[in-house]
Amino acid sequence: MTALPGRTEKSLGLVIDLDTCVGCQACAVSCKEWNSASGSHAPLADLDAYGAAPAGTFLNRVHSFEVTPPEGPAVVVHFPRSCLHCADAPCVTVCPTGASYKRAEDGIVLVDEAACIGCGLCAWACPYGARELDGAERVMKKCTLCVDRIYNDALPEADRVPACVKACPTGARHFGDLADPGSAVSRLVAARGGFDLMPEQGTRPVNKYLPPRPRGPSGQAPLEPLAAAAPGGFLGWLDRALDRL
Amino acid sequence: MHPAVSIILFTVLSGAGFGLLALLGTGAAGRPAGWAAFVPFALGLGLAGAGLVASAFHLGRPERALRAFTQWRTSWLSREAVLAAATFAVVVPNAAASVLLARPLPGLGWAGAVLAVATVGSTAMIYAQMRTVPRWRHWTTLAVFLAAAAAGGTLLAGLRWPALAALGLLGIALAAHWRAGDRPLGRAGQDAGTATGLGALGRVRPLSPAHTGGSYVLKEMVHVVGRRHARRLRLLAFLLAVVLPAALVAPGWGGWLAFAIAAPLHLGGMLAARWLFFAEAEHVVGLYYGRG
Repeated sequence: MTALPGRTEKSLGLVIDLDTCVGCQACAVSCKEWNSASGSHAPLADLDAYGAAPAGTFLNRVHSFEVTPPEGPAVVVHFPRSCLHCADAPCVTVCPTGASYKRAEDGIVLVDEAACIGCGLCAWACPYGARELDGAERVMKKCTLCVDRIYNDALPEADRVPACVKACPTGARHFGDLADPGSAVSRLVAARGGFDLMPEQGTRPVNKYLPPRPRGPSGQAPLEPLAAAAPGGFLGWLDRALDRL
Repeated sequence: MHPAVSIILFTVLSGAGFGLLALLGTGAAGRPAGWAAFVPFALGLGLAGAGLVASAFHLGRPERALRAFTQWRTSWLSREAVLAAATFAVVVPNAAASVLLARPLPGLGWAGAVLAVATVGSTAMIYAQMRTVPRWRHWTTLAVFLAAAAAGGTLLAGLRWPALAALGLLGIALAAHWRAGDRPLGRAGQDAGTATGLGALGRVRPLSPAHTGGSYVLKEMVHVVGRRHARRLRLLAFLLAVVLPAALVAPGWGGWLAFAIAAPLHLGGMLAARWLFFAEAEHVVGLYYGRG
């Protein structure tokens, strides 16, 4: 049924740290790899992979933005974008077939690929562009929060996290229960001022984003002190000798 | 939004077809019996049916289309499917009785009229409910769809004064929809800063896209081709859908021939207007790609 559960026992989701993400795309690649090779569902398509116009299905896309504060140097912020497993998921209620659903036990939003007619309405309803219609399977694909990893007894316990979290080299992605205020992810959100994406859309996302930390004293270029220092010793002599030429 | 031919054909043809079926059901066009009833019922059912067939081409998995009848409690698309099927279930017996037995069934006719209007309304609500597409989430979306069905139906039924009234309403609804929609996302207070939540830190500008190749989201939701010619196309759509049909069926002109020319002109104009309805609609996900 595409009615949303009133409340979920858990709210499993991700906390993404925009301060430490380096935009390496490891999460996007490992997501593609796991969700193509795990065998739990049809692989994520690659169309015209070696041709003029390659296109493919990804459940996670990493953008890069430049943020210029009123004073001080601009900073680059890498910004992974994937399903936020919203409490009020508009993608679920618009589904005409019941293929889209939100699980009452852990809040994960999933697609039953065998019931999906590929109408694309759920992708229209999602403000975050988190759903992609697969070019080969003709059904809707989305982040499953690696539901086939996190409960998988065949995997070592350390691997029972989403593939993107496991792959992140800087620890910018955290997985846990955001409905439990005592969980590590909830404490992280509280400590760092985690926020919702597009709150005006009324989706109540489970996933949270942590803002970049403030950088250094404003108005000072970080390399300036180094450039101003006059070198001494041999380099100082060389510098003066070259100046005289 | 990507202007898919299948959906444009579906919404325009089905809208006019259901409009005509609603008029036939109410008896506004009289209650034709025998072979006189064949043409209007065949036209209404044919247009509505052709539109529904066209809509199936939009599906990735059309062979599973029957599943779309199950989620009417939450989904406007499912409600539309149920209501369209119910309209056919009620109109077909009335059409058969009118044509074959020369005995119209007004009770079924009225039920069919209510269902046909509800079907067009639920089609409009599929778009009007989308909070992600500000241009659609407006009362004018419902007004345009209902007025277009009324205009198409009255022109096809050959009803002069109702057609002129419906065309007037359609003109107002189209103009209001365009006017309301021309507030871009930026002026609605949304930009890359609000989309990323980074706006409080400073001015946010996309530096590099998430991917250099194409994607479903870009193709489907960040359609940009053709907006350049939007103004000229609006004028053309307005002339064809509203002005010319109204001029043709205005008093003092010929009878059925005027309607036979006006109705196809109107449908052609509505195809252009519906193309614009999709091509001009901006989805908020475009904000992540520096478009809005």
